[in-house]
Amino acid sequence: MARKLLLEHIHVPGINTFAVYRQQGGYRAVEKALKELGPDAIVEEVKKSGLRGRGGAGFPTGMKWSFLAKPEGVPRYLVCNADESEPGTFKDRFLMTHIPHALIEGMIVASYALGANTSYIYVRGEMMPQIRILEKAIAEAKAAGFLGKNILGSGYDLELYVHPGGGAYICGEETALLESLEGKRGNPRIKPPFPAVAGLYNCPTVVNNVESIAATVPVINLGGEEYAKIGVERSTGTKLISASGNINKPGVYEIELGLPVEEFIYSDEYCGGIANGKRLKAVVAGGSSVPILPANLILKTAKGEHRLMTYESLSDGGFATGTMLGSGGFIVFDEDQCIVRNTWNFARFYHHESCGQCSPCREGTGWMEKVLHRLEHGHGQFSDLDLLVDVSKKIEGNTICPLGDAAAWPVASAIRHFRDEFEWHVTHGEEAQTRNYGLAHYADPLVMSEKL
Amino acid sequence: MLSIHKNEPTAFEEDLIKEFDGIVQRYPEGRQKSALLPVLHAVQARYGWLSVDAMDQVAAYLHIEPIEVYEVATFYTMFFLRPQGKYVFEICRTGPCCLVGAESIMAYLEKRLGVKENEVTSNGLFSWRGIECIAACGMGPVLQIGPEYTFYENLTEERIDTLINELEAKEKA
Repeated sequence: MARKLLLEHIHVPGINTFAVYRQQGGYRAVEKALKELGPDAIVEEVKKSGLRGRGGAGFPTGMKWSFLAKPEGVPRYLVCNADESEPGTFKDRFLMTHIPHALIEGMIVASYALGANTSYIYVRGEMMPQIRILEKAIAEAKAAGFLGKNILGSGYDLELYVHPGGGAYICGEETALLESLEGKRGNPRIKPPFPAVAGLYNCPTVVNNVESIAATVPVINLGGEEYAKIGVERSTGTKLISASGNINKPGVYEIELGLPVEEFIYSDEYCGGIANGKRLKAVVAGGSSVPILPANLILKTAKGEHRLMTYESLSDGGFATGTMLGSGGFIVFDEDQCIVRNTWNFARFYHHESCGQCSPCREGTGWMEKVLHRLEHGHGQFSDLDLLVDVSKKIEGNTICPLGDAAAWPVASAIRHFRDEFEWHVTHGEEAQTRNYGLAHYADPLVMSEKL
Repeated sequence: MLSIHKNEPTAFEEDLIKEFDGIVQRYPEGRQKSALLPVLHAVQARYGWLSVDAMDQVAAYLHIEPIEVYEVATFYTMFFLRPQGKYVFEICRTGPCCLVGAESIMAYLEKRLGVKENEVTSNGLFSWRGIECIAACGMGPVLQIGPEYTFYENLTEERIDTLINELEAKEKA
């Protein structure tokens, strides 16, 4: 059985309440942080742990914290990014729904380490039920003396608030999130200045993902060095993976980083194999933005090594034959799925969610959606494939925020790996309306045995 | 885009203003504009949509210009700028949900309700629309119904029928 740090007590009845969470050892990290460690030592522990941002970018959390400017007399803010919107990702929803105090405890530890006296949890507006859950958890923690004035007699004050978004993927980008929290449209800011210097209300600010903040609790409880022993290389600790698509057991799984991808897909402890006895065609391993890989390349790298669930192994081969761990949104496609249709669907998503600030993204995402629509509906031409690659290249790297890249990569990678399926949509336009291209050679050589 | 229909009643009730007062407390002095999104959610929860009239009142309450409210209300997809059915079925149409049948569920919903996307049924009770990913991909297909954003997962045609029947029965009672 793999080690569980975040979801260890998930099956304990009533773990969503303060009393049960506390009984299971909850809020020990706050006690240790405030009474034994102090702010600088907490940052050191988080640095030693090797914890990397769990929202998608994978930037080391401790390093991000150490960049925070600390000018005299200026408030500092911690903002939790709970605007979970990356298609394929639903781990933060799961964590906030079932074990909200893990996030509240992490928020207290992190706010104390950063010297923030007011912190916000920015939750996407659609998650109204989760907002109510968090507000209840905050009230419970406050009643128990873990929030408010003079927490545990330490002299440290913290107020924690939940802020609802309004339904905009772009607000998952940290500067767009800050704009939104200030009551404006979610248009990403030009960096620098980075939020660590001028963030919320122009004050030094750290923005961290829900899971990153919750992970600071086991980091403090175990100590950074112990935490870093879990996982492999620079992928330390455990990670929540959201598994969806055509698998037997979709859901949220906590894995030790380093688990083989093959085991994750086929083992009964995790996804339990492909649903309905079908075969694996492709996987999007880290949320819709990361390159899609055909079955053979997701299970093994181009060098023939088993691919592991780590930041390094998933990106082995760069964008030519690799992908990214991203947010851990693991989407599985069976042999009956149409890659062209899915690529069109994702392109429509990015077109819908582009904030419109930068023309390459605003116009380019619309172009890609239209061209993919005609390919999917049997009116495409061969030149469309090169056109799509061309447009994607003109978006990538030419926008203020990474949404442009996120829109470009799925399209470019789908054409890179599934070009013959796209070409078939051109040559067999009418047939493509009635049946899917199928597995073709994508899983060939099919390295996977049916059962592990 | 913006609708000039007058909302009823034309002045916010006292308890709603009280709710606004509580929201504004969460933000530092002089940063009351931060309350805009939660305040708009509260208004929509009460009246079902955001009229220009309501937005103007929000602007006056927060001491900001009306345009600052309009630009926000038109940016975020959760806000309705014209009247909707009492129950708006918002169904996820993004990739992972489509892998497990969201498209056929949407087609069924359209047939069952007898109205196209964003149209309201003749009894004023229902409308529906496809929305982008709501971070519930492992439970797909999924839909949500505001203003509580009650969440329904692993949808089938039978579950849609049951849901509609329940809501209709509730309205008749």
